[in-house]
Amino acid sequence: MKIINYVSIVSMPILIFIILMNGVKERKNVFDIFLKGAVEGIEIVFKILPTLVGLFFAIGFLRNSGILDFIINIISPIINIFHVPKEIIPLALIRPISGSASLAIATDIMQQNGVDSFVGKLASVIMGSTETTIYTIAVYSSCVKIKNIRFVLFAALIADIVGMISAIIICNIIFV
Amino acid sequence: MLNVLWPIFIIISIIYAILSGNIENVNKSIFDSVDNAVKFSINLLGMTCLWSGLMEIAVNTNIIRFLNKVLKPIMKKLFPDLEPENKASKDITMNIIANILGLGNAATPLGLKAIEELQKENNHKETLSDNMIMLILLNTASLQIIPTTVLSLRNSLQSDNPTEIIFPVWVATICAALAGITITKILIKKGM
Repeated sequence: MKIINYVSIVSMPILIFIILMNGVKERKNVFDIFLKGAVEGIEIVFKILPTLVGLFFAIGFLRNSGILDFIINIISPIINIFHVPKEIIPLALIRPISGSASLAIATDIMQQNGVDSFVGKLASVIMGSTETTIYTIAVYSSCVKIKNIRFVLFAALIADIVGMISAIIICNIIFV
Repeated sequence: MLNVLWPIFIIISIIYAILSGNIENVNKSIFDSVDNAVKFSINLLGMTCLWSGLMEIAVNTNIIRFLNKVLKPIMKKLFPDLEPENKASKDITMNIIANILGLGNAATPLGLKAIEELQKENNHKETLSDNMIMLILLNTASLQIIPTTVLSLRNSLQSDNPTEIIFPVWVATICAALAGITITKILIKKGM
């Protein structure tokens, strides 16, 4: 575990080191190239800002109107049959939609139930093994002005569901 | 998709809020949400700027050639009709590498560059191509080796052992990615 900790700390600095060493070795004008790329980075953030504003705004409505809690209350008896802790449901529902909202929910779950409780660990595994699917699809398709996304949402959500079920199974094997 | 979902989300929220007397909260959330979106973008700005610049250096050196070689067999399986020398192929490779290293903020700009390249070869400009679908799917799969965000969250909440979730995360990620890739391959073959 100490090794894994160490790897997570050094991976970024090492990667930066390797990139710069290669650039210098090949006698490139590294700072000029850096600036050129950095400008592109700014453009990309400004391109996705309208998407972010639109989505954050809609998700804020869903949460604050109480309709999200209402839906969770309807779904929870069904999910209880599969021995999924009730506390996980909001996380599972929000995870594909919003990264920051799901991070907030995961933090809340860990604070309420204990970070080292079963539910706390399960929330961690779900956060680590899934992505904000709908946001990712929206950003990528709107970037090139796509209107027909075919089956990508379906395939990505199936992958998310498989990921969450795997998380529940593996946590039950390791942490119970 | 969002042309349908987005108004539905907002309209049903407003109706529900009026019926349940939560309209005050909803009104307040307008300001909070917009604020959060801007704050989030500003947080993203620095890292995206830095990593776009660093990756630009990487793309201009021999690193990319080396990594291309390593990932070539996998790329051929995932993107069978994409020329390995194509610019999109290089961007996708870097996007996958950034994802694996947990550099989400670097992965997104590279992925967006890749999809813009793929769009040039796309025959139906308003429909996703097979390659675009695979690229998006890989980016929704959370392929990172080290789940840095969760680790720092667990650490900040004083977990006795923050890193013990890493192995289960790997198992769940691999299962999810394999399921996503398999179903995509099947649906592409079926011509959907």
